[in-house]
Amino acid sequence: MSWLPKSPKARRRLWVVMAVAPVLALAVGLSLWAARDSVTFFYSPSEATPDKAPAGRDIRLGGLVEAGSVHRTADGAVIFTVTDNAASTRVLYRGDLPDLFREGQGIVAQGAFEADRSFTARQVLAKHDETYMPREVADRLKEKGEWRPEAGASARSSRPQADSASEQS
Amino acid sequence: MIAELGAFALALALALAALQTGLSVAGRLRNSPVLAGAGQGAAIASALAVALAFGALILAFATSDFSVANVAANSHTDKPMLYKVAAAWGSHEGSLVLWCLVMTAFGAVLARASNLPFGLKTSAVATQGALSLLFLAFAVFTSSPFQRLDPAPFQGMSLNPLLQDPALAVHPPLLYAGYVGFSVCFSLAVAALIEGRETRLSWTAWGRWVRPWALASWAFLTVGITLGSFWAYYELGWGGWWFWDPVENASFLPWLAGAALLHSAVVTERRGALAGWTVFLALLAFSFSMLGAFLVRSGVLTSVHAFAVDPQRGLMLLAILGMTAGAAFALFAWRAPMLKSGGLFAPISREGALVLNNLFLTAAAGTVLLGTLYPLILEAATGQTISVGPPWFALTFNPLMIIALIILPAGPLLAWKRGDLTGALQRLAVAAGLALLFALAGWALFEPKKALAAGGLMVGAWLILGALAETAERVRLFRAPLAETLRRARGLPLGAWGMTLAHAGLGVFVLGAVVETSFKVEAVAPLSIGQEMRAGPWAVRLDGVAVVEGPNYIAEQGRLTVRPAQGSGRAKAVTAERRFFPAGGQTTTEVGLDFRGLDDVYVVMGERRAGEPGTVATGQAWTVRTYWNPWARLIFLGPMVMALGGVLSLLDRRLRLGVGAARRRKAVAA
Repeated sequence: MSWLPKSPKARRRLWVVMAVAPVLALAVGLSLWAARDSVTFFYSPSEATPDKAPAGRDIRLGGLVEAGSVHRTADGAVIFTVTDNAASTRVLYRGDLPDLFREGQGIVAQGAFEADRSFTARQVLAKHDETYMPREVADRLKEKGEWRPEAGASARSSRPQADSASEQS
Repeated sequence: MIAELGAFALALALALAALQTGLSVAGRLRNSPVLAGAGQGAAIASALAVALAFGALILAFATSDFSVANVAANSHTDKPMLYKVAAAWGSHEGSLVLWCLVMTAFGAVLARASNLPFGLKTSAVATQGALSLLFLAFAVFTSSPFQRLDPAPFQGMSLNPLLQDPALAVHPPLLYAGYVGFSVCFSLAVAALIEGRETRLSWTAWGRWVRPWALASWAFLTVGITLGSFWAYYELGWGGWWFWDPVENASFLPWLAGAALLHSAVVTERRGALAGWTVFLALLAFSFSMLGAFLVRSGVLTSVHAFAVDPQRGLMLLAILGMTAGAAFALFAWRAPMLKSGGLFAPISREGALVLNNLFLTAAAGTVLLGTLYPLILEAATGQTISVGPPWFALTFNPLMIIALIILPAGPLLAWKRGDLTGALQRLAVAAGLALLFALAGWALFEPKKALAAGGLMVGAWLILGALAETAERVRLFRAPLAETLRRARGLPLGAWGMTLAHAGLGVFVLGAVVETSFKVEAVAPLSIGQEMRAGPWAVRLDGVAVVEGPNYIAEQGRLTVRPAQGSGRAKAVTAERRFFPAGGQTTTEVGLDFRGLDDVYVVMGERRAGEPGTVATGQAWTVRTYWNPWARLIFLGPMVMALGGVLSLLDRRLRLGVGAARRRKAVAA
């Protein structure tokens, strides 16, 4: 192999580069490729316009469960309305609702819009304890001036002292 | 009184950590063993003071002293004693004290180590002292768990019921032992960078000193992460065990860096090579630990795990992370080019294989880091909220790791300096053949047929058999008489057994993960009492539902029977509960688990479909969710075997910390 550098040091450096380059290229390539369609965007109902969230694209929809909107169909599916108090979206979900799903509370639904702009959820995430609201939901409500920490069970989250901390993994 | 004592002890520990740093620095500058010794004494005293503070906190929780704000916010008189004690590290403040306890305790062990040269040890103790100082200051000035409430409330707000679980009670201490254990590797790395030029530091010796810390931290972290994953599996009731949740990733990053570190430290120890890279990984592992602490505690993440704390503290943690990691990496950038890199080696060699291992582990860690931080950076920059979920990691992390796993078994069979790849592959031929047979059998037996799953089975079997082949080779199994083989097996260093176990454990995990992910079956059905549902080969019948009262909850308890849908297997009774905790107004699920060999039948009681809550009447239905998780046992068994391998390696005579050595020498002399 006459094209190899003469000095053993330079030779080793060449080997290292030859090993590092393809692995690095592979890692970067895979990351870029995966970023194209396995990243999910989050919208609140008023942001989820047809151009941002066309029918069929997987998104996360977050907002409050509108009071009085939850009902079950005969075949066991749940229909409820998610609202950010500026717009609302009707959500259909088949499956077990999380333990902390309640009317008036912040939830995140992952799924896609149908052609008629109703939303079919594959997964519904609720807050995981009595003082927590999905952060995206809280942020959007704050932006819209709809954040009323004194209302309902989420009141405590504005008082740091009362913030219940849940365990880190 | 107890709380004041705790607050005082914590402040004392802070002062002692400052003393530890100051005295060690002075001792190093003046070359004074007396000053350095005093610094080491301060390190031990600091650890004792934090232990006292932590004991005071536990006592306050055990006695439900609600005049302490932290106890009032996280405890409740109804809770069983185990969870009262565990609540001491269930909050941001309490867990920070635990963090400091581990950090100072490891610092004390470092201060007692007798086999380190004066300069390196003094610099390392000084660095460890500076780290303790920063975290203790953070605890004392911003997050003291000992603040009083006036007036004291009559009752506490209770710990999140999801956390009231035995696995989760021990999960944080183990996890922190791992996270913070890397701080000693960090300190030794910084010390090596400081000392590397002046004294003739022996890199092979440095590799030997840093390796036990890396091994111990990695083993602790492995057990901690596994327990956490097991908790998520049976407590959240979602049927999954790893969600690529940002906080899970935050614990996984130091694990990956630690795994890379303990492999590259072998090269440094044996051959004096890769010194700069090993130092870099030692800095990286603890920096990842601190990054994890920042992500969990700053409130930037939405996660099942995230502490809900104010951004102020997050900023402080970011400052600590920036200061320590920034200073260390700047020192690295300045000093690394001056490090003497020893030992040349050919690309096909044990060293070459370990370099490849490091390459893949760090590249994989890079993809996990990107997937975890990218949404945060994008949101900060553009305001667009996105989430990067499991599909992203499946497309980036998994391919890299699969390549690494395929290469893995060849590494240990290559000799140092110049290996013989053909020979190594020949010796692995039997393992490869058996792995292929195993994959074909899996392909034939599992339904539905999935080519990817068969490939995954082959990788898992290849890892286990390859690890065993290496050991078989070393003990000359079937080639020498049995007595000779046994003699050789006894003669094998514990480190060799440790490596075999760790690699085989990884294979066990891969088998479990592949089969569980590919063939799990999920079924949901509304069941009335006496009705049955199917999940894969299992039939689950709801026998009855009762309202039961626990110490601090009321539960709807479903009694169910799991039996094979066809044939005459043994039927087993399981109970699954839906618990309501009045103290926090929360509902949780207790999963009913039927262990069937390697498989789990996993039953979750859902909502009641009709009738008034609190009563059990006939004619009602409950949503019952059943998962059949084939080979799920291996997912949690594998990492435990890996950690056991780490512990065995740690017990290897060659890696003694030297804490006991001085005492033994004295005993011999006496």
